[in-house]
Amino acid sequence: MVGHHFVEQLVNSQVGCDITVLSGEKRLAYDRVHLSSWFSGSTADDLAMTDEDTYRQWGVTFKLDAQVIDIDRENKTVSTATETFIYDVLVLATGSYPFVPPIPGNDQPHCLVYRTIEDLEAIEASAKDSKVGVVVGGGLLGLEAANALKQAGVETHVVEFAPQLMAVQLDQAGGTVLKDKIEDLGVTVHTQKATQVIETGSQCRYRMNFADETHLETDMILFSAGIRPSDFLAKKSGLEVGERGGIVVNNQCQTSDPSIYAIGECALWNNRIFGLVAPGYTMARTVASHIGGEEASFTGADMSTKLKLMGVEVGSIGDAHSKTPGSLSYIYHNQPEGVYKKLVVDGTQEHVLGAVLVGDTSDYDTLLQYCLNGIALPEHPESLILPSAGEQPALGADALPGSATICSCHNVAKCDITQALDNGCTSLGDVKSATKASTGCGGCTALLKNVVDSELEKRGVEVSKAICEHFNYTRQELFHIVKVEGIRSFDDLLAKHGSGLGCDICKPAIGSILASVWNDYILNQHNLPLQDTNDTYLGNMQKDGTYSVVPRIPGGEITPEGLILIGEIAKKYGLYTKITGGQRIDLFGARVEQLPDIWQALVDGGFETGHAYAKALRTVKSCVGSTWCRYGVQDSVGKAINIENRYKGLRGPHKIKFAVSGCTRECAEAQSKDIGIIATEKGWNLYVCGNGGMKPRHADLFATDLDGDTLVKYIDRVLMFYVKTADRLQRTSVWMENLEGGLDYLKSVVIEDSLGIADELEAQMQTIVDAYQCEWKTTLESETARKRFRQFVNSKKEDSNIQFVDERGQIRPATEAEKIAGSARIPVAIK
Amino acid sequence: MQAQAALAPRWHDICAESELVENSGICALVEDQQIAIFTVITQESRQLYAVSNWDPIGKANVIYRGIIGSVGDATVVASPLYKEHYCLETGRCIEKDEVSLLTFGIQLRDGRILVAV
Ligand code: SRM
Ligand SMILES: Cc1cc2nc3c(=O)[nH]c(=O)nc-3n(C[C@H](O)[C@H](O)[C@H](O)COP(=O)(O)OP(=O)(O)OC[C@H]3O[C@@H](n4cnc5c(N)ncnc54)[C@H](O)[C@@H]3O)c2cc1C
Ligand code: SF4
Ligand code: FES
Repeated sequence: MVGHHFVEQLVNSQVGCDITVLSGEKRLAYDRVHLSSWFSGSTADDLAMTDEDTYRQWGVTFKLDAQVIDIDRENKTVSTATETFIYDVLVLATGSYPFVPPIPGNDQPHCLVYRTIEDLEAIEASAKDSKVGVVVGGGLLGLEAANALKQAGVETHVVEFAPQLMAVQLDQAGGTVLKDKIEDLGVTVHTQKATQVIETGSQCRYRMNFADETHLETDMILFSAGIRPSDFLAKKSGLEVGERGGIVVNNQCQTSDPSIYAIGECALWNNRIFGLVAPGYTMARTVASHIGGEEASFTGADMSTKLKLMGVEVGSIGDAHSKTPGSLSYIYHNQPEGVYKKLVVDGTQEHVLGAVLVGDTSDYDTLLQYCLNGIALPEHPESLILPSAGEQPALGADALPGSATICSCHNVAKCDITQALDNGCTSLGDVKSATKASTGCGGCTALLKNVVDSELEKRGVEVSKAICEHFNYTRQELFHIVKVEGIRSFDDLLAKHGSGLGCDICKPAIGSILASVWNDYILNQHNLPLQDTNDTYLGNMQKDGTYSVVPRIPGGEITPEGLILIGEIAKKYGLYTKITGGQRIDLFGARVEQLPDIWQALVDGGFETGHAYAKALRTVKSCVGSTWCRYGVQDSVGKAINIENRYKGLRGPHKIKFAVSGCTRECAEAQSKDIGIIATEKGWNLYVCGNGGMKPRHADLFATDLDGDTLVKYIDRVLMFYVKTADRLQRTSVWMENLEGGLDYLKSVVIEDSLGIADELEAQMQTIVDAYQCEWKTTLESETARKRFRQFVNSKKEDSNIQFVDERGQIRPATEAEKIAGSARIPVAIK
Repeated sequence: MQAQAALAPRWHDICAESELVENSGICALVEDQQIAIFTVITQESRQLYAVSNWDPIGKANVIYRGIIGSVGDATVVASPLYKEHYCLETGRCIEKDEVSLLTFGIQLRDGRILVAV
């Protein structure tokens, strides 16, 4: 990796020299850092950092499978088994090799290591006929290896000699929290185990005997007990090497022979080996500059790391072990959630010295910046690691000095980024390609974005509010484009104004815009691939892949016949029934292929789709009103039914809910709805922009004592204005709060017609009302549309994973355990 | 794993070309393996993909009901349950390194769709 980085630097530096790369492996450099992604489908090509064509283009000579076995320093040559090459300057970037502890029996066929692509192939092959696997070594790499084994479907154990995991990066308490989390994920961790011998096992292939007389049986063993620098060539040719290995280098990365450099994991600087890519890359840059005649030195490197091991976040910064004399620490430990954070500060409590984070690394970037840049601690240092109970002093990108390192892999400081922007970069992408920031380990992605956004804002550049990577527009802008340019299909819009293929964000949003503007049948052939599964199959997908069925019950009013029909259908198809919070009935557990028959029965019985699946009008909830209630002053049920029938099918940026109450007692909770209507002696009070849900908001009183016609007029205008101007997934509440001028502005547009668009809004609403069709009815009439509701094109079988058990007299989805135990049942098809 | 599926694939006749849904998916059952089949049409080309239908995160057989799109240069499908994106070419999950879909060979021959399992 480091060797390749060096070549790249040298080629770019225009130092005119002939470069020859001799690679001991049978391919050019590849990304070892992401080696583990092999087990989730990455290939050797995905991991490659370059290719042969690029090297040819660069004019770099390369030999693969060319292990160097000798250096002749006098004649300045190096040789492989078959060839000899001369050099003026030699750079050793030989990396390191995995250390395999000298345990008798460690050389058997299924005893492996984890360093190269060939190792991965061997692991994969071995895992295929192994049930149990052990990783020896609970450090960073060992845990990655354990994850790989687990993914390969092997029962995984980690055996660690020390009393804790990741002893280099974490303190003991942090190591314990990590151990608990990893064990929760199904990997067994054995600490303080010294393996003495590996023998033939009785249940498994091998048996590992430990010093404490316990043992463990396993089919394969992966050694990950540390690395050793590949310094054999240096030793052989008399270069100075460290006591415990490593090629000794000075600040220019020169070895004891000034024409030979050593960089990366094989180099020993100041008695230290740096086992990470970022320091290696810094060494590579140092050497490239030095060869080019510049003054450059390597002055050590930060070894802080942030990573995700089996989904567990772990971070270690600076002096994680509080080794600095006089240092003090703050500790936050949340046992229920498995979060551990330690902050180490100096004795005078002015600076951060280090930190340990397990289970939550969201504070990593900030702490690292405090640590690396010596930023003065806030008054209560503990606030840096406590969950944001009060005002956590956020370290904005602005607070960072120009010298602050943003990306340590490519040594990009904040000032390099401002420089890049001054030189004409206008986006995050530009900055990435100009500075290479965030193209290494990726750990700095969030921070880089913050810096770029804040710097762009300072320059008065509007930071993109683009809906997604495919369209550089907001929903509202797209709405206008569609309308003004008369665009009628997604493909057209993409060709004219977008890029790529679209995605699950822009496709449904544009589907909804097209539906609002042109009121096309939402499931015509064109629009179909744009819809979320819920819209495509006209039902809400449940956790097991079945759907729910919600017929419309306007105003919550239903006849006994209607109730009986729903009950009969539920019984026939074995569906779970529940009264919803929206005054209707939900039938759950319908398999995709059952939906048409179920809906046919409902439609035949006079029901329509309830749009429970769509970003559309949901329900108009109602209280019983003046017809029965002794306090009611108007017929709220009649009004609710009327209104629901008017707006059913209307699609918007998000779902829309209404309610009508028959008097001020407000039993329908109208003030928590997008549109709320409350009866008065003289007419109707209209409330707008309320909702329940995640962030409840009380609706605002919009107009009082309206007659029926004016009420509808106002609702037409408010809703149509919302549909046209809101952002994707913005409920009316958020939309209004973001509307400049707020409620008063909305009133002026709707009531006083200050924009002169009231007629247009009403007319648009009327077209939508007139074009209403029950989507289920339309779907059932078309043979092609019905065909969509098949689980398999080539078989009538059912999805055998959908299984139920009975609970309280009805079905519910079986849990994974129940499925395995066979206590669940696969429902029988109804023909 | 992927390599396993690639061991000794046998081509199975699935259905007529006309059963495909443009820029969307259908599902086939081959030897107890559920396979999601996608047709991706761009201005330049039409590409067929076959991946496993099992959503390893949602734990349900639903992948064929996902929305097709792209993330960077990769053509992807978004799981309809929790919206993770899977690369149709490699099966790789963009958001989560540790999971992936199986991929299968697919071809169109004489108006029939064939899948290698
Ligand atoms: C079925 C139901 C629960 C029930 O059993 O009672 C329900 C079920 C779901 N709700 Fe709800 N909500 C139901 C009433 C409500 C209510 C109460 C109401 O409408 O009076 C609320 C609060 C009121 C509101 O929306 O302002 C409500 C607030 C939400 C939210 C949060 C919305 C928000 O703005 O914060 C979501 C999430 C979303 O839409 O993004 C949600 C999303 C969902 C989803 C769609 C989640 C999902 O994607 O699977 C559920 C679909 C179930 C299904 O398959 O039908 N549901 N949900 C209720 C259906 C009412 C109906 O007949 O249509
Ligand atoms: C699974 C794994 C995960 C990792 N994760 C991270 C991480 O998240 N972050 C991080 O910073 N680091 C990580 N590392 C460490 C990182 O990969 C190394 O720091 C980096 O590869 C060192 O680069 P290098 O060029 O010095 O050595 P290498 O990448 O090992 O390259 C040395 C090359 O020299 C060749 N060679 C050796 N001797 C000879 C010879 N005599 N003749 C010819 N060729 C020879 C070797 O075959 C090898 O190809 C990880 C490592 C592994 C194995
Ligand atoms: S509250 Fe949550 S769990 Fe309950 S129905 Fe609504 S979305 Fe589903
Ligand atoms: S720190 Fe690794 S890519 Fe920036």
